[in-house]
Amino acid sequence: MVRSVRFVILTENETKRHRTADIYRHIFILSLSLCLMAVCMTNCPTLIVTVGLPARGKTYISKKLTRYLNWIGVPTKEFNVGQYRRECVKIYKSFEFFRSDNEEGLKIRKQCALAALNDVRQYLSVEDGHVAVFDATNTTRERRATIMRFAEQNGYKVFFVESVCEDPRVIAENIVQVKLGSPDYTDRNTEEAIQDFMKRIKCYENSYQPLDEDLDRELSYIKIMDVGQRYLVNRVLDHIQSRIVYYLMNIHITPRSIYLCRHGESDLNVRGRIGGDSGLSPRGKEFAQCLGRFIQDQNIKDLKVWTSQMKRSIQTAEALGVPYEQWKTLNEIDAGVCEEMMYEEIQEHYPLEFALRDQDKYHYRYPKGESYEDLVQRLEPVIMELERQENVLVICHQAVMRCLLAYFLDKSAEELPYLKCPLHTVLKLSPVAYGCKVESIYLNVEAVNTHRDKPENVDISRLPEEALLTVPPHY
Amino acid sequence: MCSQFLNTQSAVQAGPNDMSTEQKELTQTPLLKIWVPGMGSSLGQRRGSSRPQFTNCPTMIVMVGLPARGKTYISKKLTRYLNWIGVPTQVFNLGQYRREVVQTYKNYEFFRPDNEDAMKIRRACASSALKDIANYFTKEQGQVAVFDATNTTRERRGVIISFAKERGYKVFFIESVCDDPEIIEANIMQVKLSSPDYENYDKEEALVDFLKRIDCYKLSYVPLDEEKDRHLSFIKIFNVGSRYLVNRVQDHIQSRIVYYLMNIHVTPRSIYLSRHGESELNLLGRIGGDSGLSSQGLKYAKALAEFIRGQSIKDLKVWTSHMKRTIQTAEALGVPYEQWKALNEIDAGVCEEMMYEEIQATHPEEFALRDQDKYRYRYPKGESYEDLVHRLEPVIMELERQENVLVICHQAVMRCLLAYFLDKSADDLPYLKCPLHTVLKLTPLAYGCKVESFYLNIQAVNTHRDRPTNVNIARKTEEALQTVPEHQ
Repeated sequence: MVRSVRFVILTENETKRHRTADIYRHIFILSLSLCLMAVCMTNCPTLIVTVGLPARGKTYISKKLTRYLNWIGVPTKEFNVGQYRRECVKIYKSFEFFRSDNEEGLKIRKQCALAALNDVRQYLSVEDGHVAVFDATNTTRERRATIMRFAEQNGYKVFFVESVCEDPRVIAENIVQVKLGSPDYTDRNTEEAIQDFMKRIKCYENSYQPLDEDLDRELSYIKIMDVGQRYLVNRVLDHIQSRIVYYLMNIHITPRSIYLCRHGESDLNVRGRIGGDSGLSPRGKEFAQCLGRFIQDQNIKDLKVWTSQMKRSIQTAEALGVPYEQWKTLNEIDAGVCEEMMYEEIQEHYPLEFALRDQDKYHYRYPKGESYEDLVQRLEPVIMELERQENVLVICHQAVMRCLLAYFLDKSAEELPYLKCPLHTVLKLSPVAYGCKVESIYLNVEAVNTHRDKPENVDISRLPEEALLTVPPHY
Repeated sequence: MCSQFLNTQSAVQAGPNDMSTEQKELTQTPLLKIWVPGMGSSLGQRRGSSRPQFTNCPTMIVMVGLPARGKTYISKKLTRYLNWIGVPTQVFNLGQYRREVVQTYKNYEFFRPDNEDAMKIRRACASSALKDIANYFTKEQGQVAVFDATNTTRERRGVIISFAKERGYKVFFIESVCDDPEIIEANIMQVKLSSPDYENYDKEEALVDFLKRIDCYKLSYVPLDEEKDRHLSFIKIFNVGSRYLVNRVQDHIQSRIVYYLMNIHVTPRSIYLSRHGESELNLLGRIGGDSGLSSQGLKYAKALAEFIRGQSIKDLKVWTSHMKRTIQTAEALGVPYEQWKALNEIDAGVCEEMMYEEIQATHPEEFALRDQDKYRYRYPKGESYEDLVHRLEPVIMELERQENVLVICHQAVMRCLLAYFLDKSADDLPYLKCPLHTVLKLTPLAYGCKVESFYLNIQAVNTHRDRPTNVNIARKTEEALQTVPEHQ
């Protein structure tokens, strides 16, 4: 992608007060993908194809991978053939539908696959999709060949993700966690559902042709064996595939919880000022103590505690009386020239900046500072490590917490900067089925509200009152 | 990838259940700008370990594979990478131990499996190396040791595993499997023929002897097995990276190692490093900021374009930072380029856009601290070189994946990148010479990197400030400013 300065200067019509440096900065506001991913955006879209028997975690992987890629800025969408089948065959009767000699069934299933591929084409070639995840069993070489022909015709790269697992306990747990709750089994009791599903798996087993080291040596794929004990990685072609492999090798399914909270209320919070590196207010210190007690009561096994390198989060962690690790990457968003200002002052000194921020809070970068987009890029290693870890408490900051939360709860770039992350509230995230359960625990210590909603009028020419409409009260 | 682990501090409170209301005041350490509880005002003191916590116990990386499979290449490269990201790592090459014991190499017969005397020597060398590894971990604060040898038998690997188990070290195997005769021969030509072993051989003889040497190992070679070795942690690399088998990655450092190994390649290519053209602030002797190019700087940009055209580079990628001066420089090339925020110059915090004279006048203590430990020193509200390295890790990872790349960046950034490619220590890194208007062409060669320096003959100010003799906080102003380069 060409980043032509000249091009943007011609289309810019900002006021004369802008130094040329500002114009460069506005390029960054206008062009959307200047993060790391932009460097290695594949020039052609990528089709990720899952492979595996039912109940091997294909949908879990598809959804998780899609969530991750979207969060780092790669437009990704999953296409689950099972859903297409459910739309076509309104009511699921039994496993017989999946018998390899069921002509009618086979015809419908093939049609569904083609319908899904058609939507994939729409997403990748017509809309702005970069990656499509084709989530289906794809257990026969023949089906995979069909997909590869489709990809070739449309100029897509193909990357297979196969999940192989023979551990009956893992499969049983899988079925209980996600299959029983499937629309297919709403009218069955647990016993019947499990029986039927096992028979369903059997229907695929006979015709299952796993990716083969020799026969498929020209394909790009990762074979995940036994829920991540072992991986076979073949012909990684480009950056995005390399990142996908790295991600898949770092995720696990061991039950655990991630606790997110902000530092206790700080002196600058109290005065309605953003950024800076102040210490805790008296209420903030009280919160730290409460947090300590809360963590103790939760009785968490092997809890890791992470903080930023800013005084307020470290002060909070100190009260817990346990070891903690400091991450510079968890530092609050850098507000550049607006550091330690009140919103009222920003409006007074930088009304243009203030309005631009309201127009596109995710992409907007503070002069000499950062944007939420920058933050996400900065936080990617934190997310990767959170995936590797088990129980973790992250004591961070408002913007940072919003970014992390957006990752876990699959929030879009539009929603992310407005997620509610109030002070003195712990969010406990526990992976459940295909998503994340959130429990919000307010520790009952009063604090100022630091959440500023998007005001109605985001126009550059708006009046100060309109700009300051949503500023939360402060001392 | 993980800058997060640098400047880590584990704060352990006195009493585990000490929830007293008395909260110790935090102070910021002068050098690293880390907040720590209850300290005096003595400068330079740090509480707790600031070592990265990639893993909680030492790790032995054990290479496995027939000769000429790239084991030493991987060992050296991996070690260079780990040291650069801040994990103290050292290679222990068994061949070197053997060369020290058996002063002169005669021929392949030494490696025959029925050569009892030689076997004894080789076993003794292995023990010696293992002893040195234990020493490296316990006495020299090493975190990772790379045991570079063939380790082709299950028996030998068993010895290593027991050794590690006894001492609580983690073991991670890296096996390189290759049966492509072309690759093997190219390998031998590149690195074996110039080995001390073959000083007195002519090329043909050396090749023949080395191939016989490989045969000696082949009979007893037992590769890592998916089934039998399922409890071990390892990565098997097939045919220089077209396929990988990864088993039981235990922790963060092993995960990073696997990611790194999967991103490196051996395709010949060159990396061009250059700074932006001379900037207006450069002329004034001011650091940081976001100024445009001076007239000389603009001249350089054009000269750079000509130079690049002259080099006739296939599929060159051009990368810049997000700062005006690098973008202006790239614009003159007339080719597409990609901007990386991670390539932005080091953030000098409160000292941004100051002259060294001003920093000395307004922050003499900071100025002295910086001279005392330029790598770890963090500007107030700014960054340190250590922070920079973390920020640049994804750039290095991507440079490894790419082929021909021109990186237009900044002085401190270029020093960090250069240090990675040339294996410079944290002490040397901040003083590497990266003058304006000079392109460095780096080409991988054998186990290292060839550097060619091209000064494009456009005058520019010197921005390199050497470490002055007196770095004491109590020094005089003239002593502090002794090495400041000239400016307008």
